[in-house]
Amino acid sequence: MTGERDAELIDASKRIGPIARREMRLAYSMLFPTVAAVLFVVLIPVLANFWISVKPVELADLRAAKPLVRERASGDVAKAGDAYQIEYRVRSSSPKDPVFDVALTDKIPKGLNVVKIDPLCMTEAETIKCYLGTLEPKKRQSIKVTLSATPSYFESGADPPKDTKPLITGHAPNALTSLEFTFENFRKIFDASEFWEVLWVSMVYTVFGTGGALLLGLFAAQLLMTAFPGRAFLRGLFLFPYVSPVIAVAFTWIFLLDPFSGTMNAILQQTGVTSGPINFLGKRGVALWTVIAFEAWRYFPLAFLFILARMQSLSADLDEAAEMDGATPFQRFWYISLPQLVGILSTLFLLRFIWTFNKFDDIFLLTGGASGTRTLTVNVYEQAFALSNLGAGAAVAVLIFFMLSIFVFCYFWLAPKEEGM
Amino acid sequence: MARGLALATVLGAIWGFVTATVAGISATLVFGVNTDMTSSAAMIAGIPAAVGHQLARDFGFGGRSSFIAAMVIFTAVLFALTGFAPLGLSLIDAPITSGATVSTLAALTIGVIAISFHGKDWRSLNRYRIEEVVGRTLKGLGFVFFGSIVLLPFYAMLMTSFKKQAELLTDPLDYSINLTQGFAALFSSYIELFTTFDFGRFILVSTLVSVSTVFITLAASIPGAYAISRLRFPGRVTFSRSILLIYMVPAIVLVIPLYAVFSQLGLRDSLLGLLIVYPATTIPVSLYMLQGYFRGLPSELEEAGLVDGCSRLMVIWRITLPLSLPAIASVALYVFMIAWNEFLFAFMFIDSPEIFTLSRAVVSLNSSEVPRQHLMAGAVIVTIPVLVIFLWFERFLVQGLAAGGVKG
Repeated sequence: MTGERDAELIDASKRIGPIARREMRLAYSMLFPTVAAVLFVVLIPVLANFWISVKPVELADLRAAKPLVRERASGDVAKAGDAYQIEYRVRSSSPKDPVFDVALTDKIPKGLNVVKIDPLCMTEAETIKCYLGTLEPKKRQSIKVTLSATPSYFESGADPPKDTKPLITGHAPNALTSLEFTFENFRKIFDASEFWEVLWVSMVYTVFGTGGALLLGLFAAQLLMTAFPGRAFLRGLFLFPYVSPVIAVAFTWIFLLDPFSGTMNAILQQTGVTSGPINFLGKRGVALWTVIAFEAWRYFPLAFLFILARMQSLSADLDEAAEMDGATPFQRFWYISLPQLVGILSTLFLLRFIWTFNKFDDIFLLTGGASGTRTLTVNVYEQAFALSNLGAGAAVAVLIFFMLSIFVFCYFWLAPKEEGM
Repeated sequence: MARGLALATVLGAIWGFVTATVAGISATLVFGVNTDMTSSAAMIAGIPAAVGHQLARDFGFGGRSSFIAAMVIFTAVLFALTGFAPLGLSLIDAPITSGATVSTLAALTIGVIAISFHGKDWRSLNRYRIEEVVGRTLKGLGFVFFGSIVLLPFYAMLMTSFKKQAELLTDPLDYSINLTQGFAALFSSYIELFTTFDFGRFILVSTLVSVSTVFITLAASIPGAYAISRLRFPGRVTFSRSILLIYMVPAIVLVIPLYAVFSQLGLRDSLLGLLIVYPATTIPVSLYMLQGYFRGLPSELEEAGLVDGCSRLMVIWRITLPLSLPAIASVALYVFMIAWNEFLFAFMFIDSPEIFTLSRAVVSLNSSEVPRQHLMAGAVIVTIPVLVIFLWFERFLVQGLAAGGVKG
């Protein structure tokens, strides 16, 4: 369908000629910044995950090994013929990677002659050039050069020899661009005993978090359906959880839910609902439902807003007719209002389902993925940055990408078109 | 009659329990008075009060006198059940406080019961009327529920920032603050944050990053949105549809590759890195919202401009932009809020305290060495600008949110 229309447009542009072509060129140039930004920061990184996921790359590999050099000079040059020694100490910056093709160059100060030189080096014009070849990790290499002063050294009052900095070059294989591939990362994440639990937790969190937010939103929308003084104020208030920074509300809830000094536990105990403190965020089994409740709390405003907007746009005729016929309030809600909200509810469900599945910040801040709350997104962080295995993290990201593709496909396939989202 | 009796019993019990619980907890949270919970007593007291209220109406009392009669019943039962010391306020020791508190509670309880019944004659309750009463009760409970889940965390956040760690640990329910202790003592957490933790700088960094993100985003998305909504070019339909897909890419999937590349390019621990990532995530949202608005503008105006010899760019500058200022303003505010609230990339990329954004700085306060009130003061500082913007421009923003340009 899309392709056909595009083809038509191309035909049209060919037929119409220069004006249409100019419009096309203008459109492309106006879209260029957007396309470039999205391409380099979103699309290419998404694809890069596939590359990283099949590479044995760890966090430490991001800093490629470099050759390092320290220069030491000794000897006192007081008169012509005095000897002056320079020692270059070379090592690899990485404790585990070698550096290849290491070469060192340094300037010979004016007025000094090379007397003795390391076999790896040679002099060329006024410079010393040394080729060290491969530098093994953890091995130091030292190069010694002896210089002697000529009379002209004292005439010109040249710089002390150490002042020129030696230049060292060499290259180490970049772990990201090497051609070494492995399926170890995928094997590792699928074999891990907690993998199926992570997948299960992800799905439970997504389904119930989304459902909870939608139910709360539907309920809240019912409350503000009819006009009353203070409604606008309440609508603003209800949106607070959604617009506030996650960092602020997450830490507030952590303190409120603290088992020893949290307000929630104090309230529950004072009203006699529970006898002892509950470790809401630290107890296996409880923590998952706590983060789901947090998700529902934080995102119900969004559902509320959409449902309210939809309900206010519904025509009252149907409802009034039902009322005339004697339908009770609950019957009217169930048989008249709710069926008209099915469109927006299912669209919201699919959309929120995808976003909840993608959610990282909330769980990460609340529990850090501990006590049985590790979802796939938190697992990306866990693998890549807590366990320093970038490759495994990327492998989880690839898995997320595939699952997401399925969900997005379902969204475009199932979402009612008329909701316009 | 039997139905009415049952309904009055249930309503009386529910509202007696709820009002007493809410009043008790609120009193503790606001004034720090440690009340004994009299919820169950109030629940029982609510039953005869609700029934009495209806009976009094039956016997031909007026609205006001049956209300007062019910209040008297409620108060008397509550006193009797709690040994004349409801909510820990003894009638003998402090008769005025105790009496005033309990009658207020009684008025509140009978008030909501009356609203729930709303003049329905309890002898002739059919299904329709019962459902109306139940519906109204549920609504009332809903207001209590949503009111408390929304207000409690923000109230706790604000009040904690004024307290001391030791006070918080001894009584986690007491959020009252001593206003007589003077400005410096009250705001000590804030003063500490601005002096030793350099929060002034973080505010500046966050502002700089967010405002720059807004400008970069608008500079890229205004022309893009215009092209999509007005110009004809091959790929237009595909393009406008695929913008939505960008919404659905999770940030965590982008973190590893961006982290790897930015580390090697030296962009990781720099604000420039953030200024590359933030606009890229907000441009699609902004473009989507703006193109919807541009489409709604009458194209005749622009065509007139073109006929009169303006170039496309002049038309955009002279006609489209001035007409769409409200939409641009709301997109700008929206993007500002996204960038201001952003946590993940700031947390992953920024290590040097000199260039912490506010979110990143608040995370760094989350350690056992920093007292809780400092962290909450930080949370208040990061939240206030967002809530102020939101409340000030609510009308604009809600339209933007409802236009579908939302990610969260």
